[in-house]
Amino acid sequence: MIDQHRQAFKEEAYELLSELETSLLELEERPDDVDLIGRVFRAMHTIKGSGSMFGFDDIASFTHEVETIFDMVRNGKLQVTKRLVNLTLAARDQIRSMLDHSEEGEGTADLQVSGEIIAGLRELAGYESPAAAPIEKKAEKGALKDPVTYRIRFVPARDIFASGSNPLTLLAELRELGTCNVVAQTSDFPGLEEINPEACYVYWDVILTTDQGENAIRDVFIFVEDDCELKIEAIAEHSRFDENQDYKKLGMILLERGDITDEAMKEVLAQQKRFGELAVSRGLLHQGKVQSALVEQRHIKEVRQEKQTAEAASSIRVPAERLDVLVNLVGEMVTVQARLSQTAAHRGDSELMAIAEEVERLTAELRDSALNIRMLPIGSTFSKFKRLVRDLSGELGKQIEMTTEGAETELDKTVIEKLNDPLVHLIRNSIDHGVELPEARLAAGKQGHGTVHLSAVHSGDSVLITIADDGAGLDKDAIRAKALERGIISPTTELSEKELFGLIFAPGFSTAKKVSSVSGRGVGMDVVKRAIEALRGSIEIASVRGAGTRIMVRIPLTLAIIESLLVKIGNDSFMLPLSLVDECVELTREDVVRSHGRNLAHVRERLVPYIPLREQFNIPGDPPDIEQIVITQIDGVRVGFVVDHVIGEHQTVIKSLGRAYKDAEGISGATILGDGSVALILDIPKLLQTVEAQQG
Amino acid sequence: MAKIIMTADDSASVRQMVSFTLKQGGYEVVEAVDGKDALQKLSTTKVDMLITDLNMPNLDGIGLIKGARALAGCKFIPIVMLTTESQDSRKQEGKAAGATGWIVKPFKPEQLMAVVKKVLG
Repeated sequence: MIDQHRQAFKEEAYELLSELETSLLELEERPDDVDLIGRVFRAMHTIKGSGSMFGFDDIASFTHEVETIFDMVRNGKLQVTKRLVNLTLAARDQIRSMLDHSEEGEGTADLQVSGEIIAGLRELAGYESPAAAPIEKKAEKGALKDPVTYRIRFVPARDIFASGSNPLTLLAELRELGTCNVVAQTSDFPGLEEINPEACYVYWDVILTTDQGENAIRDVFIFVEDDCELKIEAIAEHSRFDENQDYKKLGMILLERGDITDEAMKEVLAQQKRFGELAVSRGLLHQGKVQSALVEQRHIKEVRQEKQTAEAASSIRVPAERLDVLVNLVGEMVTVQARLSQTAAHRGDSELMAIAEEVERLTAELRDSALNIRMLPIGSTFSKFKRLVRDLSGELGKQIEMTTEGAETELDKTVIEKLNDPLVHLIRNSIDHGVELPEARLAAGKQGHGTVHLSAVHSGDSVLITIADDGAGLDKDAIRAKALERGIISPTTELSEKELFGLIFAPGFSTAKKVSSVSGRGVGMDVVKRAIEALRGSIEIASVRGAGTRIMVRIPLTLAIIESLLVKIGNDSFMLPLSLVDECVELTREDVVRSHGRNLAHVRERLVPYIPLREQFNIPGDPPDIEQIVITQIDGVRVGFVVDHVIGEHQTVIKSLGRAYKDAEGISGATILGDGSVALILDIPKLLQTVEAQQG
Repeated sequence: MAKIIMTADDSASVRQMVSFTLKQGGYEVVEAVDGKDALQKLSTTKVDMLITDLNMPNLDGIGLIKGARALAGCKFIPIVMLTTESQDSRKQEGKAAGATGWIVKPFKPEQLMAVVKKVLG
């Protein structure tokens, strides 16, 4: 269709161009002929306007330049000279050549020629014209998420009908934006003998609930906004609003609208009767205005009810155990599906393989949606902390405000539950040790009240939770002294800032001067760290003395699935959490011999200690000639684990080992592989501790 | 009965596009090649809406709007002007002459239909 229009435009343009040539030649002879000037201008104008409509943008913008010059000529600001006619003729030829080449794609016309002509024209005009044709763009209608209720008063001009506008079509357009109640105000109608049938005496009060935003409402009135009285006010946002609270009283609404004065309202209220009736009977108000305010009350009530019913209907409550059963079943299903795929591939049966692929796709979708059901926004936990901060800071005589961000961030239900205690502890610490007393803060040149900021954001397949305070920051010297006192480090130990802060997580460490009822509950930061690590998360501290401390907790989105690296030792399979793995390197017999039994490998100019897992787990048999070291990084320390073969990455559903094996150290769970065999999931930090303990 | 819309434009391609779009939208279309032609046709044909270009030979858009408003049958019909000028002065001039609204060129068929629906209901 568009092509047909383009073709029509081209034909028309060629016609206009030949007319243009004639007009220009005549203009050269009669440079003052207003009619001729007008004809040239219109030809350019049409080529520009229609050109841009049918996608000839280069022609449109070039012609715009010429048109601008002729607009000046038309307005008597520029004389027609031989040079102007020459340039315009050249421009006309250029447009023709652009048309000729238009089907070969943009940029085929000679841009240099266009540039020279434009430069020449601009020089003649003696000014720098803005380059491109101004094209009005409608502001994007940014649809808001939450519906807002607006109170709109639309008072059209008396003579609105004379401009061909119909207010009723505008009201109909408003109705399409959302739930809408319209009240016509007819109090301005004169008596029958004075009435002018061509005048508009009515105005309208509209209550509209829409999620399209105020601009969409203004757009409705775009043609009439200059000659009407338009008032748009947002009166209720249906997300933040406490929906249970009663809406404004009738008198308040009328007062807000400016329909009644404060005094008059009080006077009516004193009568203890129905406000509306009384105000009307006393002649303070017109009936229509009261009715309109009543409609507003009813509208808000209805919108809230609707929203509540909608919310109630769109969610159902299910006991958590049922969800757990579902996720477990999906886990089993994933395992069986993997077996199916492997068997199908093994048999080489293409029909079976096609079915297996389909099952694989469905299982992946099923797994994702089952895990999604367990996702909850972290917000509910956040609001509990607000209370905690309020109560604790009062108890300690501190002024602390808590701000939160990312309450809508979703995490697995189990993870949120298990995060509660560590987070409570961290926030307590911030309040107790972090933020100073008001006097100390003022003395340090800070504001008297401190803040604790809690935020949650998604980052990759994990969620980053940050607890930041603007308190005193960590005292490095005090930490060092305490660590020495507790024998955690020796006087000669050199420590980086990160390592020094890391000492806080060492068992039995506490720098608080005295044990307060708040944070000295016998639970140290080591417990927090262990709890976070049990969630396969990590914790980090950054702190600036005097400016505050920031604790960052990184937690995987879900506990039920783990990205891991599958390795083999002899006939046994093991999994290492991929988040901890740095790289894999080879370990040859010569390397082993060269290290003289010290279990150190030379990797990138650095020595990396390694743990031969075959020995560690007492697996019988001989290792292959070339073994593999999987190098992991824990708390910034690189440690290798020697295995026979690295198989590859694997997404695994975690199964617990059950009670009987709860004391098995260094193993966090198990999973079933595609061929039905079991792979153990290694608990790397625990394994490392065990080995360190064995070596004394 | 289908509503009748007149399109007045000296550009045949724009007329064709407007006409095609309106017909697809279920309207009947009367075409006029300039202001004078339009005014003549308006005095004999009853239309429900007028869409006019501003720059036209013989009688320009502003003149057409003024002339149309003086005709009994066109006093209250919606008149929409097509304009390449997004400047306010041109719009105001048209509004003062009696135009209901405007469409800025270039426009897409959907935009044209949205405006027609807006003023015609």
